[in-house]
Amino acid sequence: MKITAYSPKSSSWILLLLTLSFLLTSSFAFQSDELLVDDEEFGLEGGSGSTPDVGSTIPARPSQPARKRSPPDFSSGSDLDSKVQFTLEHAFGDSDFSPAGTFAARVKNSPHSGQTLTKLRFSRTDFTAADKDNFKKLLEADDFYRIRIPSNLLTPPGIDYVISSVKARCLPRHGLDEHIVIHMDGVNVLAVNYGSQGACQYPRHLKFPKRWLFNSHTVLKSGEQAPRTPVFSEETAVGENGEGEGVAPPERSFWAKYWMYLLPLGLIVMNAMTQAMNMPEEQQGGGQAGSQVQQRGQSAAVRRR
Amino acid sequence: MAMAIRIRVLLLFLFFLSLSHLTFSLYQDQVGLMDWHQQYIGKVKHAVFHTQKAGRKRVVVSTEENVIASLDLRRGEIFWRHVLGSNDTVNELDIALGKYVITLSSGGKYLRAWNLPDGQMIWESFLPGSTASRSILSIPTNLKDGKDDLILVYGSGSLYAVSSIDGEVLWTKDLASEGIDVQQLIHRHGSNIIYALGFIGSSHFATFEINAKNGELLKHDKVRFTGGFCGDISFLKSDTAVALDSTRSSLVSVRFRDGEISIEQVHISDLLLDSSGVAAILPYKLIEMVAVKVKEFIIFVKLTNEGKFVVVDQIDHTAIISDSLSILEDQQAIALIQHGDNKIQLTVKLVSDWSNHLIKETIYMDCQRGLAQRIFLNNYVRTDRSSGFRALIVMEDHSLLLVQQREIVWSREDGLASIVEVTTSELPLEKDSVSVATVEHSLLEWLKGHVLKLKGTLMLANPDDIAAIQKLRLQSSEKNKMTRDHNGFRKLIIVLTRAGKLFALHTGDGQIVWSVLLNSLRKSQTCEAPNVLTLHQWQVPHHHALDENPSILVLGRCGPNLDSPGVYSIVDANTGKELNSVGPFHSIVQIIPLPHTDSREQRLHLLIDKDWHAHLYPRSPEALAIFQREVGNIYWYSVEADNGILRGHAAKENCILQLPDEYCFGTRNLWSIVFPSESERIIATATRKLNEAVHTQAKVVADQDVMYKYISKNLLFIATVAPQAAGDIGSVTPDESWLVVYLVDTITGRILHRMTHYGSQGPVHAVVSENWVVYHYFNLRAHRYEMSVIEIYDQSRADNKDVLKLVLGKHNLTSAISAYTRTEVVTKQQSYFFSHSVKAISTTSTAKGITSKQLLIGTVGDQVLALDKRFLDPRRTLNPTQAEKEEGIIPLTDSLPIIPQSYVTHALKVEGLRGIVTVPAKLESTTLVFAHGVDLFFTRLAPSKTYDSLTEDFSYALLLITIVALVVAIFVTWILSERKELQEKWR
Repeated sequence: MKITAYSPKSSSWILLLLTLSFLLTSSFAFQSDELLVDDEEFGLEGGSGSTPDVGSTIPARPSQPARKRSPPDFSSGSDLDSKVQFTLEHAFGDSDFSPAGTFAARVKNSPHSGQTLTKLRFSRTDFTAADKDNFKKLLEADDFYRIRIPSNLLTPPGIDYVISSVKARCLPRHGLDEHIVIHMDGVNVLAVNYGSQGACQYPRHLKFPKRWLFNSHTVLKSGEQAPRTPVFSEETAVGENGEGEGVAPPERSFWAKYWMYLLPLGLIVMNAMTQAMNMPEEQQGGGQAGSQVQQRGQSAAVRRR
Repeated sequence: MAMAIRIRVLLLFLFFLSLSHLTFSLYQDQVGLMDWHQQYIGKVKHAVFHTQKAGRKRVVVSTEENVIASLDLRRGEIFWRHVLGSNDTVNELDIALGKYVITLSSGGKYLRAWNLPDGQMIWESFLPGSTASRSILSIPTNLKDGKDDLILVYGSGSLYAVSSIDGEVLWTKDLASEGIDVQQLIHRHGSNIIYALGFIGSSHFATFEINAKNGELLKHDKVRFTGGFCGDISFLKSDTAVALDSTRSSLVSVRFRDGEISIEQVHISDLLLDSSGVAAILPYKLIEMVAVKVKEFIIFVKLTNEGKFVVVDQIDHTAIISDSLSILEDQQAIALIQHGDNKIQLTVKLVSDWSNHLIKETIYMDCQRGLAQRIFLNNYVRTDRSSGFRALIVMEDHSLLLVQQREIVWSREDGLASIVEVTTSELPLEKDSVSVATVEHSLLEWLKGHVLKLKGTLMLANPDDIAAIQKLRLQSSEKNKMTRDHNGFRKLIIVLTRAGKLFALHTGDGQIVWSVLLNSLRKSQTCEAPNVLTLHQWQVPHHHALDENPSILVLGRCGPNLDSPGVYSIVDANTGKELNSVGPFHSIVQIIPLPHTDSREQRLHLLIDKDWHAHLYPRSPEALAIFQREVGNIYWYSVEADNGILRGHAAKENCILQLPDEYCFGTRNLWSIVFPSESERIIATATRKLNEAVHTQAKVVADQDVMYKYISKNLLFIATVAPQAAGDIGSVTPDESWLVVYLVDTITGRILHRMTHYGSQGPVHAVVSENWVVYHYFNLRAHRYEMSVIEIYDQSRADNKDVLKLVLGKHNLTSAISAYTRTEVVTKQQSYFFSHSVKAISTTSTAKGITSKQLLIGTVGDQVLALDKRFLDPRRTLNPTQAEKEEGIIPLTDSLPIIPQSYVTHALKVEGLRGIVTVPAKLESTTLVFAHGVDLFFTRLAPSKTYDSLTEDFSYALLLITIVALVVAIFVTWILSERKELQEKWR
């Protein structure tokens, strides 16, 4: 059911199919513009059923340091697929932004939908001692922890960043729980949403993380296409209508339809039957009621006599 | 099969018929009982009188609201009126042949003729042309082409001769290619030559002689003036003009006679002793005279036959001058208005005899009308055969007055045609001490009224008396009282007009209870070009501070730009007194009413300036304490439509300025959404109303299941289109246009829903309410307008359905909801075709939100259509199940029905419709609807009928009679049974 939020299809059977296929194999290529887990190249243990967003979540490896700091960087690659790296930067309260992790992804050129980003991978830099102090200060002041990533991954940096922030007290669980949702439009980052995975209860209590390790989940999201407006031309309306009425009558059985006629008929028949049964004992013949009465009258007269 | 179709059609018809009973409709005799309609025209900019030999004296006006109207000169009523499109500005207005009103509009592109008595359009001509130029309409008195009178139009750089009978363009002469910027067209009586006069570049004056028969250029002359022209020019006679040189320090006389042009220059300092500084020629059409504004004065200059300048008079620069009016024997009369305290002085003089005046009148003027801005003069013949004058005056508040014989004959409040913002205010409680500008009836009137009523009941009244009784009844009826009523139907509608005037209208009959021209929004030395912004409820006393009057906050800006300094005023909503006015101060980019009030029930407001500083109002220590306590929970967002960026903000510590200001706070950017400029451009946003009430958070669906609505006050709907599709409908192909809609949580910047409509285009009109959004746009593929609905449901609360959990209290229904909790949401959407384009869209709102909702759609025909929200339900299916039918789901259709009975404006039109405002009444079933444009319309709506009160035509008498009859019957039968029992016992 989790997928409903991200799936553009409203038909429930497609949903069901997708869910099943996701459960069966995580590398199922559903809609190239959603995040795909790159098992073979990076060898991640992604796409397991235990993660909340099936097929679209990567547990990051915190040990890996950030290599590239300038956001757009094309490594040598094929003409169709090129790699891109960009930096996640963070800020404590109103401090300046500093690098905090690196995203690596592949740009996929498809003739239909232009360039899209796939196979996103995230490596988080660990907090330094200074960062930890800053973060503790944030926790105490119930202040904002802010992150940003560049909004356009292919053109030179420094144009615009998309920013997101969260109250620092929402993050600590067992470790530091972060959940990054990146909304993409082709290769443009529309928005990033940063926060913890689950609920953040309103009276936010001060709580320090037990381990200073990030448990990161990243999700790439692209927009859905609006469902087409249903168009009923005259014919289809009539056809469906005719079909509906054509199908409806057989559902009711013959008995259900004509019981009101059948019941009296049955009674009459029964009556006639009993009459016919009684008749031979007394006298033969006689089909008409009037004659029967006459006969009865006669027989009565006979008896009286 | 055919039978089946017929049955289906019949069923459909019956179905709609049954719906029409559900929706609001009224009977013919109910019109006007709870609705009112007012017609306006806007600020008048041209006026032409038509008084000769006409039975009905009238004046034809055109206004800044692009209205052409014919007004009754006796009473000021509208004979007829036409509202042109919003971009079809009227440039010129005149009367031709004594029976046609000729208008030139859209920068000289459209020439139209209207029938003077009834306003029917006679003909329309489109005058094509690409170069922008000034537009001139000239109707020569005796220029004929055969039997046809010619109309000369200069527009788009070309001169056109148009037949006045059928509007046919007889000839065209392109003058822009000759390099001339035409300032005036002159036709001398009796000749066949038209003179086009104007500048070539900035240093040449040119005359072009054109044959009136065929547009042939006969001759052209130009003369060079070394000082250069600044562009101001005034034509004194048919052969003389006066212009200003490029330094604006000397007057230049230009004479063009017999093909020769002569130029003479005179320094203004030679005419006027202390006249350093720049001059400007005032754009009045004066003859034989020119009005020049120099510093604080207006000087009237005449040119003698020898070509000498003579200063005739010198008056204060605030004076208003009329165009000159030809009266008997080729005399020219001019009217002047000079301002005094609470009065104006109207003077009418003859140009030839300036020392004397024909009229000098002092007229008392309400100071709430401000200064006069325009005057149009007209003459008439008095009973003693002398000439009298009447003047039409346009005031600062855009009202229109007719002045004659020292009296204001009639006045029209045409400022109400340009409403900027609307809010409502409660009337005071019914107490002896409180009253709102009450209209006290004298004892005599009271007695008269009672006599009339007595006559009425005794059936002695004649028709006039009956009309008077009806009027009295309406006046004294419940609905027009100046106090609060039990049902909450009586309120004040406070409207802010573009002129900076605030009006309070009574919901009962639309009467103006008070009006005030705000001083802070008037032109002054500190505030050169005031600009009204908006108004908010400042103080709404209900719990504490009940003895205080509600008040309204009005905000404005001194200048057209975002960084111009702001001003504000606080106005008492009951009396219209300006309690406080401040400014100019910091710039105002955004106004955020906070959900907090102080002990006097004053609402806290944040004003954001251009440097992203947040200024807190009211500036009181108490407000500051409240703000500092709540600062962690105060967020807002800003939409930068030009850059395509959406930002979220929060306040932080005090800002650093030269002067320490403890009410000023810095802001920080919490989140941002960047729409890629090459593929998306923001065209519409919509949010929920702040004061909307939602009755239930859950929705029970057909299969006894519960869906929880995602109800957040921070839901923002935003629509973007492809940049190339931002133009008019049809300018792009379906393949290169798309419409993307977003639902964004404005606290965290989380995109809750994003959906693309390919092949669709704006304009988008949207309304957000409860957990749904309805928006209207154009589908290029289907060539039709569409309306879509998105409903958003909260999935994380879905497991609260367990009754056991509810019993044991293990549910999360009462816990506080934080926006930082990533709630899972589910959206449902559906699109329907809608055959109309939309001018405004709104939804009904009721006090508790129990009543079902209707969408109020301002249609292209300037009417308001009420459409049940049930038609826009995303769960509609082709064949709803029995359970769904019981729930009220309508079978799916591809288009939305437009039911004629559901027009809330019934037969009326709200011309130039711009906005629909709904206000809940106290009675849950009822909502008050106010639609404004050039016209105003108000009515009461009950979307689910008045289920909580008896209808007005309920027969209480019948109920009483029934009860009495029943009681009597009980007694009678009781007595009878007693008697019978007694008889039984005696037996």
